Amino acid sequence: MNSFSQWWGARNPRVRGTLLTAGSFLIPILIWCLVSYVPFIWHPKVLVETPGAVDYFTTGMLVDREEFADQSAQVAALGQERPTGTSANPIYLPAPHRVAKALYAGFTTPPQSSNGLWLHQSLWHSIQIIFWGFLISSLIGVPLGLLTGTYGTLARLNEPFIEFFRYLPAPAFGALAVAVLGIYDGPKIAIIVIGTFFQQVLVIANTTRKLDPTIIEAARTLGTRGLRLITKVVVPGILPDLYRDQRILLGWAWTYLIVAELIGTSSGITWYITQQARYQHFDNVYAAIILIGIIGFGTDLILARMGRSLFPWDRSREQKS
Amino acid sequence: MTQLSPDTAMPSYLDQSDAVRARFDRIKQRDVILEVRDLCKRYPSAQGETEALRNVNFKVYRREFVCVIGPSGCGKSTLIRTLAGLETHSCGQVLLDDKPIKGPGPDRGMVFQGYSLFPWLTVKGNVMFGPQMSGQSSSSAESQARTWLDLVGLTKFADAYPHQLSGGMRQRVAIARALVNQPRILLMDEPFGALDAQTRAKMQSHLLDIWRNIDLTILFITHDLDEAIYLADRILVLKAHPGEVQEVIEVPVPRPRSPGQFASAEFRATKARIESLIHPPTAAEPDDAAVVPDHMIRLSNVDDNVE
Repeated sequence: MNSFSQWWGARNPRVRGTLLTAGSFLIPILIWCLVSYVPFIWHPKVLVETPGAVDYFTTGMLVDREEFADQSAQVAALGQERPTGTSANPIYLPAPHRVAKALYAGFTTPPQSSNGLWLHQSLWHSIQIIFWGFLISSLIGVPLGLLTGTYGTLARLNEPFIEFFRYLPAPAFGALAVAVLGIYDGPKIAIIVIGTFFQQVLVIANTTRKLDPTIIEAARTLGTRGLRLITKVVVPGILPDLYRDQRILLGWAWTYLIVAELIGTSSGITWYITQQARYQHFDNVYAAIILIGIIGFGTDLILARMGRSLFPWDRSREQKS
Repeated sequence: MTQLSPDTAMPSYLDQSDAVRARFDRIKQRDVILEVRDLCKRYPSAQGETEALRNVNFKVYRREFVCVIGPSGCGKSTLIRTLAGLETHSCGQVLLDDKPIKGPGPDRGMVFQGYSLFPWLTVKGNVMFGPQMSGQSSSSAESQARTWLDLVGLTKFADAYPHQLSGGMRQRVAIARALVNQPRILLMDEPFGALDAQTRAKMQSHLLDIWRNIDLTILFITHDLDEAIYLADRILVLKAHPGEVQEVIEVPVPRPRSPGQFASAEFRATKARIESLIHPPTAAEPDDAAVVPDHMIRLSNVDDNVE
């Protein structure tokens, strides 16, 4: 146990943290590589190289391993030419190098149709949808959550309804959103707002309630009252936690993206993914999914780092090593 | 008044030297800062209505140091929170300079046991908070903050955040933050309860220093008898269920006080008196003593003795 910790650089918590972070990504990638490149692990298919005498085989075709063996045995029994092939994974599991190539090609290949979009244009469109959806939700949700957390009466007035509404799946409002807001970006933004807003009010109200009540009492004995109690005490008091909540909620908004973009005219990264899946370009599909992950995770990392310099007094973030 | 206590050699806590008596006479000549009249507090609870305070009457004179002591559940926290305006009372009156109090305000500074500093503000920012709330410019607030930080000896830490300070330092910031508003009375709710013994002793003499040097009236809640006697001019002894004033003790220990007086006769007599009030000898043994059995089951090896 001890030597294991030392091997991970336990003496230096920074090195250890970096190693563990890298490890958490390397392990799944390693599993993916093993499944893709080591033939005996899975590879349930055979990629036909020469069809031989089997009449329906063609070069580049993927067939089940049993079927290939069957057909091969049949033609061999008739004394005809056997087919040849290499074992392969199903088409929906491309190897890492193919996805990496697709990731690169996605940015360098021009769109196939003249009015089509580049991959980065699709992505940018998706980012805009998320941005507006999250912004609109936050503009109402954050102040409402703050007030709900501060005033018990308001909480009793609006929380039961919000609790009820947050169980309604946001995509269920898709058709309604299209009817009201048209088929372009309006309904997509609306779905993100519906998916985020109700959780946001509850989460932020809860965070507000967790503010140490003696902080508010201390402020009152120092002569703070009314609205200034919120602007000068509650808001700065919960700001680091509010910021953390917003980061989590932003991640939440991203998970609604794909459903939102399917509503009305399919657009953005979803349109790209569904197009590529239709032509069975699964390497492109994986590339796009990974891109979403990179953008989401990257944004969060940047926001986390910004938070550290924005709130120098905040200690609850300090990780236990 | 040189009566001797009947059964012991210890002088009665009621005996006062001439100097002490003269001092109490002078105190009672001063203005009354805080007056509490027939204060009571009832609130509904699971067992019906609970009476937290009943018939509390007392006065605090200008520049007097009054301690409130009592067993747990005697309502001493309720009392100070009511005086601060953080809780409402059911009947009676709280008068500050002969005017009834209305809610919390900067005329009654409050120091909490848990410091309750604003973690997002620096030490200086915390002290500036009060003046800024009363609408002063930030330059005037800052110069006042500097004065008070100097008084509590934290000038060097003006730009530190509260979480970087030790408990004693945090409590000094809290004191400066309350004093900068120049309150008529400083209410302190077990302010040193969370500190270790050494820091607590230092804070006590520091508080006496502050009190000696500025025009300050203090009402101080504690459950520590030594602390109460060491600090106070008068001690309000409360009893529990319901919280009532049992006795107001004029502490006969002469001023200026020093830790050397803990062993003095007046000190011990006062302490004995308060102890007998808080733990009356006629009362049944407290529950804690009853739960410890006479013979404890042995769970360690027979050969393995620690003594």
